[in-house]
Amino acid sequence: MSETLLDVRDLRVEFPGPPAVRAVDGASFDIRAGEALGVVGESGSGKTMALRALVGLLPRSARLAGGTIVFEGMDLATASPEQLRAVRGRSISMIFQEPMTALNPVMRIGEQIGEGPLVRLGYGRRRARERALELMRLVGIPDPAERAEAYPHELSGGLRQRAMIAIALSMEPKLILCDEPTTALDVTIQDQILKLLLSLRERLDVSIVFVSHDLAVIAQTCQRVAVMYAGQVVETGPVEQVFREPRHPYTLSLLRSVPDVDNVRHQLTAIPGSPPDLADPPSGCRFHPRCPFVQPDCVAGAFPLRPLGPERATACIHPDAAAADVRREPVLAGG
Amino acid sequence: MGAAAETFAEAVVIEHRRGFRRRWYRTPSFVAGVSILGSIVLLAVLAPVASWHDPIQQDLSQILQSPSWDHPLGTDELGRDVWARLLFGARTDLRVAFLAVLFPFVIGTTIGLLAGYFGGWMDTVANWFVSVVVAFPFYVLIIALVFALGSGTRNIYIAITIVGWVSYMRIVRGEVLVAKRRDYVLAARAGGLSDTRIIGRHLLPNVITQAIVFAMSDIVLDILAIVTLGYLGLGVQPPTPDWGKMIADGQTYLTTQWELSTIPGIAVVITALGLSLLADGLADLLRPE
Amino acid sequence: MSLTGYVARRLLQLVPIAFGVTILVFFLIHLVPGDPARTMLGNHATPQNVALLHRQWGLDEPLPVQYWRFLARIARGDLGSSLNYSVPAGRLVLERLPPTLWLIGLATILAVLISVPLAALAATKRDRAADHVVRAVPLVGLGFPQFWVGIMLLLVFGLHLGRAFPVGGYGSGFVGHLHSMFLPALTVALGITPILVRSLRASLLEVLESDYVTTARSKGLPERRVLVRHALRNAVISTVSVLGVNIGFLVGGTLVVEQVFALPGIGQLMINSIFQRDFPVVQAVTLVFAVMVVLVYLLTDVVHALLDPRVRFD
Repeated sequence: MSETLLDVRDLRVEFPGPPAVRAVDGASFDIRAGEALGVVGESGSGKTMALRALVGLLPRSARLAGGTIVFEGMDLATASPEQLRAVRGRSISMIFQEPMTALNPVMRIGEQIGEGPLVRLGYGRRRARERALELMRLVGIPDPAERAEAYPHELSGGLRQRAMIAIALSMEPKLILCDEPTTALDVTIQDQILKLLLSLRERLDVSIVFVSHDLAVIAQTCQRVAVMYAGQVVETGPVEQVFREPRHPYTLSLLRSVPDVDNVRHQLTAIPGSPPDLADPPSGCRFHPRCPFVQPDCVAGAFPLRPLGPERATACIHPDAAAADVRREPVLAGG
Repeated sequence: MGAAAETFAEAVVIEHRRGFRRRWYRTPSFVAGVSILGSIVLLAVLAPVASWHDPIQQDLSQILQSPSWDHPLGTDELGRDVWARLLFGARTDLRVAFLAVLFPFVIGTTIGLLAGYFGGWMDTVANWFVSVVVAFPFYVLIIALVFALGSGTRNIYIAITIVGWVSYMRIVRGEVLVAKRRDYVLAARAGGLSDTRIIGRHLLPNVITQAIVFAMSDIVLDILAIVTLGYLGLGVQPPTPDWGKMIADGQTYLTTQWELSTIPGIAVVITALGLSLLADGLADLLRPE
Repeated sequence: MSLTGYVARRLLQLVPIAFGVTILVFFLIHLVPGDPARTMLGNHATPQNVALLHRQWGLDEPLPVQYWRFLARIARGDLGSSLNYSVPAGRLVLERLPPTLWLIGLATILAVLISVPLAALAATKRDRAADHVVRAVPLVGLGFPQFWVGIMLLLVFGLHLGRAFPVGGYGSGFVGHLHSMFLPALTVALGITPILVRSLRASLLEVLESDYVTTARSKGLPERRVLVRHALRNAVISTVSVLGVNIGFLVGGTLVVEQVFALPGIGQLMINSIFQRDFPVVQAVTLVFAVMVVLVYLLTDVVHALLDPRVRFD
């Protein structure tokens, strides 16, 4: 088991009200060197806010309300703005969902890719440009010399996302945070970008946190997964295991509500009820109003992640209910 | 189908109004604006009672007096009471400004509605008129028009109308362009309602709020225009008191009685502030929830 | 589509407007029923002057013909003759143009110098004291009559505070002009500052919340670089448009300010001509003002296209 790169404990992100909304309310997960961690959840689960909180890039109206984010011995949650700035780009970088708006429309691509090395690594103009071209080749942008002079609106969505990846790699970070990087792209391009990310991770030995609502994508790219619901992490573990044998009713419901390629299931089952109101979440286990296995002791108390073995953890206090149910009716082929 | 569309559109309009009634006293800018403007309007209306000298009465034995009990703001270069002139000037300038807004409002809104809704050549021609008027600096055109038409309040109204309808047209046209793609309009057209009905009963109430809000700030512009014309000697003709003329007359005595030019200016600023606050407050209130 | 193509296209769009402008200027004398010559001249309506105008403007001919002659004259550069000075109106305008151009240029520079830092301050210190103060500027500032502001500045800086600036006139030599022009230019600049500040602040706020600024921050760039290289660079684009749209106001402001500070520019020429009922000159100045404004619109469009690479691909 490789070393832990980033350890997040009890993260809280709040939009001060009134009413105050806790977008992230006690999320814990960790990322190890050289691995890809998937963070999966529906919209409103808090996954994007959790990601942005890691490097202090929350929107103006939100604030970090608690928790620790330990990276290389430093707690980023209490770090000064200068310390955070030093970490960004060089140690931890980010890729955003919508490449059209995430790139400066009036700056050439080559300049944007080379900006990090130019300003932060003290490269001269020529060396920064060379580095930009090198990166563009690395991420598979054809005709780099020509494309470097282009503006974002002159590139296709796939190329723009590759440019974003190039930016994220430009200072050789140890960890890349990806916020739904393929959601806004066509399916065929999605596939290309995912393969690119996978190969880069292997070649450069960089860790990735991959936030998405798309289970298939997570299954394809990540080794481990953290499932989020209503601002909390409810289950973690190796991807294969969690998706084959979930230990939390929400994970199970999620798997059941998504079309599967293997056609093991014959019907989609929507999750009953509606997503919780984050200004006034349910008491006890947040999923209990919609849980098919709910018990009296689910209605009150705190529900942190409890380990289920060396590699798995779940917030559910009746994990066997979900496991039994999936044995009865599998979600993935191969039982 | 038609009835359903009508009900939907009405619901949208009612939303606006209900919001207004509920919140007006909790909107600070609106309250402040109404208070300030209200006080000034009150003073203007009560001018004959609130002042005790005739504003146009000259008294050459009392020229350029400092403030005193009898003349709270002193007298001007012809011995007239400044306080009285200030109040009666408010009457003149406010009245002309409020009236001057009406015609541009009506004409601009109508043209904007028609051009936005029907598009085509009507829109092109209307836009051409707008571009031509806008090519002239505001004051240049107004002054040229006042010159061509002759001085006097009636011609000020005409000049301001010819120049001022443009803003309303643009605002209303913009709103109509957006609104006509909205569901309630599409439903109304599908329901077979006539164009007149759609424009009059459905589009108009919903797009007019922006025009009304703008009208408030337009009054400010008109006050400034009237006062500026007065300063240049092209506005309200003496002996009717007018703030602009007061400032012009006072400029000669800037070294000694500087308050003659300063005070009417402050009056303009305060009035404009009241109107601006009112406009802001109104914009807040009329914004759909 | 290249820059020249863009400019050519815009120029083409301006043709109907140019026509419209000339029509409006032409119609000024026909606004009032009755003999236009007599109306224009008012009290100065001597039989000679009336006959002179009739001849000059061909007033006995049908309107379209009159307009055509008017247009032809303008195309030749003949803007009519001054009634009072018996010189071509065009020449009078040209003589008086420099002070007005000085005023416009200096005022624009001052307006930008004042507005940009204020807006940046407000946007970066959002909702704190500085922001509230800056936000009050458009609210209160739009209610100040420009000429009154000029008089106040004159009072404070020209007559008191060590008489730092002359109270009127154009001065001589480059430095002399700068010195005399400062207060008037400041007055004009202050007239447009509220609008600029409001618009620039709004664009900056929008830009600062945008994704590419977050990307820039995610690179760990210093905040100053993020502000200038990324935020401002984008916010300026929309502000250039706002400036262009409001240039009519700026130019119009020079007219009144020239009166306050007794500057011998075309604004003062126009006012004087109005009182002397020298109609051809009034007409000429009105036309020139419109041409200046239209040219500035064109210039703003070009600058906008230069700054924003997305524009040419219309």
